Amino acid sequence: MIPLNDYLILGAILFALAVMGLFINRKNLVVLLMCVELILLAVNINFVAFSRYLMNREGQIFVFFVLTVAAAESAIGLALLVVVFRHRQSINVQDLDQLKG
Amino acid sequence: MASLALWIILAPLMAALVTGLAGSHLGRRLTHMLTIAGVAVSCVLSFWVLLRVLGGARLDAPVYTWMVSGGIPFQIGFLVDPLSALLALVVTFVSLAVHIYSIGYMADDPGDIRFFSYISLFTFAMLLLVLANNFLQLFIGWEGVGLVSYLLIGFWFEKPTATAAALKAFLVNRIGDLGFILGIAMVLHYTGSLAYAAVFARVPDLVGTTVNLGFGWHVQVLTLMGLLLFVGAMGKSAQIPLHVWLPDSMEGPTPISALIHAATMVTAGVYLVARLSPLYIHAPVALSVILVIGSLTAFFMGILGVVATDIKRVIAYSTLSQLGYMMAGLGASAFAAGIFHLVTHAFFKALLFLAAGSVILAMHHEQDMRKMGGLRKYLPVTYATFLVGALALVAFPGFSGYFSKDALIDAVGQSPIAGAAFAYVLLLLSVFVTALYTFRMLFMVFHGTERMDAHTREHLHESPWVVTLPLVMLAVPALAVGWILFHPLLGGSFFASSLATPLGVNPLARFAHLTAWHFFLSAWDAPTFYLMLAGLGVAVYGYLWRPEWPARVAAGAGPLYRMLLQGYGFDALYLRLGAAGSVLLGRGLWKWGDERVIDGMAVNGTASRIGWLGSLVRKLQTGFLYQYAFTMVSALVVLVFWALVRY
Amino acid sequence: MNPADWIEEGVFWVFGTILVVSAFRVITVRHPVHAALFLVLCFFNTAVLWILAGAEFLGIILILIYVGAVLVLLLFVVMMLDVEVEKLREGFVRYAPLGAVVALILILELVYLFWAHTLGFHGLAAPIHVLARHDNTRALGTELYRRDLYPFELAGMILLVGLIAAILLTLRHRAGIQSQKPSEQVRVRARDRVRLVSPKPPRRGAST
Repeated sequence: MIPLNDYLILGAILFALAVMGLFINRKNLVVLLMCVELILLAVNINFVAFSRYLMNREGQIFVFFVLTVAAAESAIGLALLVVVFRHRQSINVQDLDQLKG
Repeated sequence: MASLALWIILAPLMAALVTGLAGSHLGRRLTHMLTIAGVAVSCVLSFWVLLRVLGGARLDAPVYTWMVSGGIPFQIGFLVDPLSALLALVVTFVSLAVHIYSIGYMADDPGDIRFFSYISLFTFAMLLLVLANNFLQLFIGWEGVGLVSYLLIGFWFEKPTATAAALKAFLVNRIGDLGFILGIAMVLHYTGSLAYAAVFARVPDLVGTTVNLGFGWHVQVLTLMGLLLFVGAMGKSAQIPLHVWLPDSMEGPTPISALIHAATMVTAGVYLVARLSPLYIHAPVALSVILVIGSLTAFFMGILGVVATDIKRVIAYSTLSQLGYMMAGLGASAFAAGIFHLVTHAFFKALLFLAAGSVILAMHHEQDMRKMGGLRKYLPVTYATFLVGALALVAFPGFSGYFSKDALIDAVGQSPIAGAAFAYVLLLLSVFVTALYTFRMLFMVFHGTERMDAHTREHLHESPWVVTLPLVMLAVPALAVGWILFHPLLGGSFFASSLATPLGVNPLARFAHLTAWHFFLSAWDAPTFYLMLAGLGVAVYGYLWRPEWPARVAAGAGPLYRMLLQGYGFDALYLRLGAAGSVLLGRGLWKWGDERVIDGMAVNGTASRIGWLGSLVRKLQTGFLYQYAFTMVSALVVLVFWALVRY
Repeated sequence: MNPADWIEEGVFWVFGTILVVSAFRVITVRHPVHAALFLVLCFFNTAVLWILAGAEFLGIILILIYVGAVLVLLLFVVMMLDVEVEKLREGFVRYAPLGAVVALILILELVYLFWAHTLGFHGLAAPIHVLARHDNTRALGTELYRRDLYPFELAGMILLVGLIAAILLTLRHRAGIQSQKPSEQVRVRARDRVRLVSPKPPRRGAST
């Protein structure tokens, strides 16, 4: 029987790796998007684990909605990525500084 | 009865509104007829109401509740009792005379439609004031007459002096009204009501109650209340030191001086004090103040009349002086005498003003008495009526002024109120002064050498009948009203339900069994008669026999004469202290308060602080996604750490 | 320890390890295409773990929808874009230590949080799995379509908005491309296309 903590720690490791990915791939927009997907995955793992150990289906419902939103998010994100690339011939985050104050 | 009172008020209001809004479409004749009809209706109804009041009818009822706030109803209501009925008749009668007179006086003025609308509006406001049964309505009427007074003093608004005088009148009255409204607030606070009847019922309970003014200074509530309300009366009735606006108000058209600044509005303060007599009899200190201020005004303002050369200013100073008489009478708690003098004064002073207006009209708007003289033969009707008014003013036995003024002076002499002896002396001296300036004016205008230029002399002729008719209309009561009203007002029980009788000695007790005829016969016994004759003698000597003598006296008096010409320097004092101080305060508030604090610190300060903060925060917004992510993750780490510490 | 638990733990550890390793590869590989492929591997492993935890429906849709649609789309986009990989990896080494430190701190904090007794997770008794496993899909469906119907519809709307937004963002009007315009075809009227003329025969002798 796997303790709840094992799931949680797995989620935490995944989350930390994704955060680290945000740092080290600071210029690559595609990988940044992937890291966001990883973060969401880590959170979802926690939801599923809690759902199981608290014998409650709310967690799974939540995962369902998170997946929905994440799908929409990645669709729009990729579309933006394509538009950005079309305009700048680059997906380098360093080039996207037009909102600078 | 309530609807009767309502119509008395509404008739002039409707005339004022119609002519004010649509006057230019109605034309002059229709405007004259409408406004005169409105006032005539009021006058007839007032007369009828007075008859019914004499028959015992009374009314004290609200007709409309404006609003209820904090459980206190604010109502429009009417109090019809002998006092208000009598004054309503006086107001409407004088107003009617002035309306008719104005047709002639304002005939060649382009703004006369506006003028008629204003005076009808004034009549409405004055009646609202007089017929009120509560303080709120009194105050509305009070401010209403003040407003119309302002509008009419500045009627010839192209003249800078007229607009300045209007502003002065308005501002000085603000000072009085501040006291007045504070007094009303105090009444409301201590009695919980604004209706006269309810307030007067509570007044005896308040005797002995004190209010702490701070620093352990305790004052009788009723005294403070009475003094504050009297401050309002001082502003409206132009008592020292708030008198400065009345002489300047002569910038307005002469009919206005007659109606507003002699007969009615300026006596509103007198009416107020008399109306509140049930309150004042419990506030002897306030009565003392009223007595002293009234007698000071009567004497010192009368003296100014001796040096003034503008015919209207002389009558204005005379009005101030007579208002002082009335106030002194009230202060001596001879309320009936004060009101009696108010009534007679309304007639003879309006008469004097209108006659002076007739003179001014004949002289082509020349008001300087030094350029008149010998007008007797050119203006016979004006001269006769002016003479009646003058004799009434100096209290020549048999004329109305004699009955009211001598009774009033006598009452002051009888009064036990503190300061009565001082006031009595001043009032007696004022009799001499009154006679001096009145006959001086009469001789300078109508007798002696003709000092006008040839052109004016050729065009001298008696005024048209619309001008002389009101003069005759007013001359009759100026002669007769003293005989008629003397016994009922002073001796009888006419005012029993309106005016309170003093708690101690009643200074009017002597008149209880005195008829007008007996009082007339006793004229030779009183010092006033001889003082009046002395004034007449000096005037005859100085202005008929030896016309060069007054100039020598003036030259000999030197600085005293100059001080009198400047009206004791009140204006200069107010300019120095009040105006300059206000300018200084305003400049301080402007430079320091507004520019430094509000603009510099609050408005621009906020903007510049936010701008400064923005310039700091702007550096955080690099536009680089990874820096935002880094910030978010750092915050997350800190947040989790905080959670660790918490649990 | 009975064999079922033993197998369960074994599965968890094997697939969990692969998950962590592949996640690490996602963030470190040189080329985005490889990263995307490792991400797919992550999701497969996660699906296994979810099924292990009794959420078999979510595991299946994770593979079907997420891997099948979203990640393929991602892969597709990455392949389409002509990315200069080297430039994008600038500063990779420089920031790696910082990222590692932050990640380590985060892991330590979270693990400490989970192990702390006060949070109440520690030693939470594992339920009897039969209950959770039995007809999970049907129960989920019932809840989604009954109690959570409005949020469910809302999720559908979000997807629709995402769809329209993505199309709108990437839509490009290119000049010089022939295409049908059905609306214009339907709207057309006869007089737009055909001009009726009544030809008059030329007058005799008018022309020579």
